[in-house]
Amino acid sequence: MAELQFREAIRAAIDEEMAQDEDIFVMGEEVAEYDGAYKVTEGLLDKYGAKRMIDTPIAELGFSGIATGAAMNGLRPIVEFMTFNFALLAADQIINHASKIRYMTGGQIKIPIVFRGANASAGQLSATHSVSYDSMYAHFPGLKVIYTSEPADAKGLLKSAIRDDNPVLFMESEQMYGLKGEVPEEEDFTIPIGKAKVKREGSDVTVVAHGKMYHIATQAAKKLAEDGVEIEIIDPRTVKPLDVETIIKSVKKTNRCVIVDEAHPFGGLAAEVGYLIQREAFDYLDAPVQRVTLPDTSAPFAKNLFDEWLPSPKEVIDAVNTVTYRK
Amino acid sequence: MATKVEMPKLSDTMEEGVIGKWNVKEGDTVESGDIIAEVETDKATMEVEVFDAGTILKILVDEGDTVPLGELMAVIGEEGEDISDITGGGEAEVEVEDEDEVEVESEDDDSGEDSVDEQQKDEEKSEVEEEEDKDKEASEEKKDEAEKDEVKDKAEADDEEDDGKLKKPGSDKKQKSTNGKQGSENGRVKASPLARKMAEEQGIELSKVQGSGPEGRIIKKDIEEYEPAAEPGMETSREDTEHRVSQMRKTIARRLAESKYSSPHYYETIDIDVEQMFEARKQLNESIEGKISFNDIIIKACSAALRKHPMVNSSWQDDTILEHGDINVAFAVAIDEGLLTPVIRNSDQKGLQQIGEESKDLAEKARNRKLEPEQMEGSTFTISNLGMFGIEQFTAIINPPNACILAVGAIRDVPVVKEGVVAPGKRMKVTLSSDHRIVDGATAAQFLNTLNNMLQNPLGILL
Repeated sequence: MAELQFREAIRAAIDEEMAQDEDIFVMGEEVAEYDGAYKVTEGLLDKYGAKRMIDTPIAELGFSGIATGAAMNGLRPIVEFMTFNFALLAADQIINHASKIRYMTGGQIKIPIVFRGANASAGQLSATHSVSYDSMYAHFPGLKVIYTSEPADAKGLLKSAIRDDNPVLFMESEQMYGLKGEVPEEEDFTIPIGKAKVKREGSDVTVVAHGKMYHIATQAAKKLAEDGVEIEIIDPRTVKPLDVETIIKSVKKTNRCVIVDEAHPFGGLAAEVGYLIQREAFDYLDAPVQRVTLPDTSAPFAKNLFDEWLPSPKEVIDAVNTVTYRK
Repeated sequence: MATKVEMPKLSDTMEEGVIGKWNVKEGDTVESGDIIAEVETDKATMEVEVFDAGTILKILVDEGDTVPLGELMAVIGEEGEDISDITGGGEAEVEVEDEDEVEVESEDDDSGEDSVDEQQKDEEKSEVEEEEDKDKEASEEKKDEAEKDEVKDKAEADDEEDDGKLKKPGSDKKQKSTNGKQGSENGRVKASPLARKMAEEQGIELSKVQGSGPEGRIIKKDIEEYEPAAEPGMETSREDTEHRVSQMRKTIARRLAESKYSSPHYYETIDIDVEQMFEARKQLNESIEGKISFNDIIIKACSAALRKHPMVNSSWQDDTILEHGDINVAFAVAIDEGLLTPVIRNSDQKGLQQIGEESKDLAEKARNRKLEPEQMEGSTFTISNLGMFGIEQFTAIINPPNACILAVGAIRDVPVVKEGVVAPGKRMKVTLSSDHRIVDGATAAQFLNTLNNMLQNPLGILL
């Protein structure tokens, strides 16, 4: 085990994969000369050269199109978006082309691309820079979506994403790039896409939380434990394909569930998980499933409003108290 | 192509009309220009004229009904034409508040399955099979066709999955109508799905459980903590267990059955004033090492009494009665597997302290199953004491080949009359079971009186 920052874990994944497959290249704004906006790709230009570390203009639609074309021709691009908030322009390439070409060619053409970058909010960045896009992209067939919470998960899943022959959206957080965690040093450490992890065992309530929200859930868990309530935290890690089995198994044990999601409420991961639980574990539920999400409102800029807007440990505690009938 | 006949606007201010009279009935043929009905508006009675020729396929409103503007009144078309689209859709639109009627009507068109209405056209296009079960709760559960859903493929193969069908809750529509018909006022019990399932498994009637959740919802905790009121039919059956009969129990069974069947038992009880014995023991225990128990005093007293009443210390031998020279008093010791009766030999010749030591040692050995056979043999009289369990009085079965057994009850604090005044006293009931073949009632009574005197004046037994 080595203690790595989140950004170092991502870099290690890219570096290790690039070293063993020459078809892999990285493309994005300031990924080469500047070492990446968040220093994720630091040093990779020196190591792999300008042919495999490509700086692009500020033109997400354009370079996502180039990447899609490159993938169709057998290369394995890793596209870095400075944040997924800037990548809406690229959504046409991602949703209309990358996600559908393999399907429309009857499987003849593979699209091995990773689109990666920061997702969701990162403090006072206001409405247009604070959106969580994992649920939205997960809506579309043909896309895999990963939003990890810890460095080890990030490394293991990014390596799997790079090796996957389908477009994978790999999401990070500006606020987590400095987060440190133990990362296995073993050679070829990977984590399969579509596997959730029970990160905290508990008997009272299943709490599903991924990405940044996982850390909100762990804070809530500490406070609840002082009160004698033990929550079981499941980090899906992969939003799609979702590991329903692990969630259902836990809900059948605890009989109660709270989903914490950084997306807006309508049609998001929380809604999907809630639906699946009522379908697969109806007879095991002792309370209606609760969710803690953003409100159906864009991010406010003012600090006091922003803090109110983002899901908090207190909201998680309140939801846990609701499903356990403690309030 | 069928034509709808809707309530026409017959005056500027008209919003609804009352069907005054139908001039046609279902199955009639009409020509363009025919007057098919009279409608009373807010102003006058007006005639409804049709513009298409055909057959009246369906009349949907009755004479006297008030019909809003534009609402479907009748359908004209070719005979035999399928108009379920029109009547189904039209009615659902009109009678959206009462979906049960829609269901009833549409059964004309489709007897096997519910007609698919707007609310059911969700992405799952589920086919709902109506259970024949009239029970409302049961009918909420329907089986949907298994979905071709990638998520489902990943999902855990559920216990309840069979033949590729998943057990699922009813459609939105059914739940809605259920809610409409059964409010919490008229008997619907609110319970979490888990509580409902647990109650079913444990045979608990939900209506008898007090719900602690919101609006009285019965939750898991309520089922776990539920204690059924004792009433017929509520007992739960538990499995029987067969125990192997141990050697000891076989012996107990054989000997006591033999005793009770062959020796004619009868019982005499005497209530003994043990206040002085109580005091004497207290004083003794203060002055000697080791402790003298009440049982030791009773053994000692019985031994002395037996010396005075040798028939009680005898054995029946069919042709003869054996009067024992020695007085060997046994006492019953309860152990997990049954009971043992160690014997104190020549107990009449031993002092209290010695009896105390021996009885303590023998009881200890009995509990540890360490008694030698000879330590359980040769008794001439037996004492069984259940006083420590608070038993006031009981009858014991004679331990063969003894003639008698003494059952000793608890020492009780009771009000007693002393010289005409009620005062606190201590009493102990003892019951002598006697074999009438050897000991007659008077003999037993005399023995008990002697014992009574000795225990009332315990100093006597020390002599």
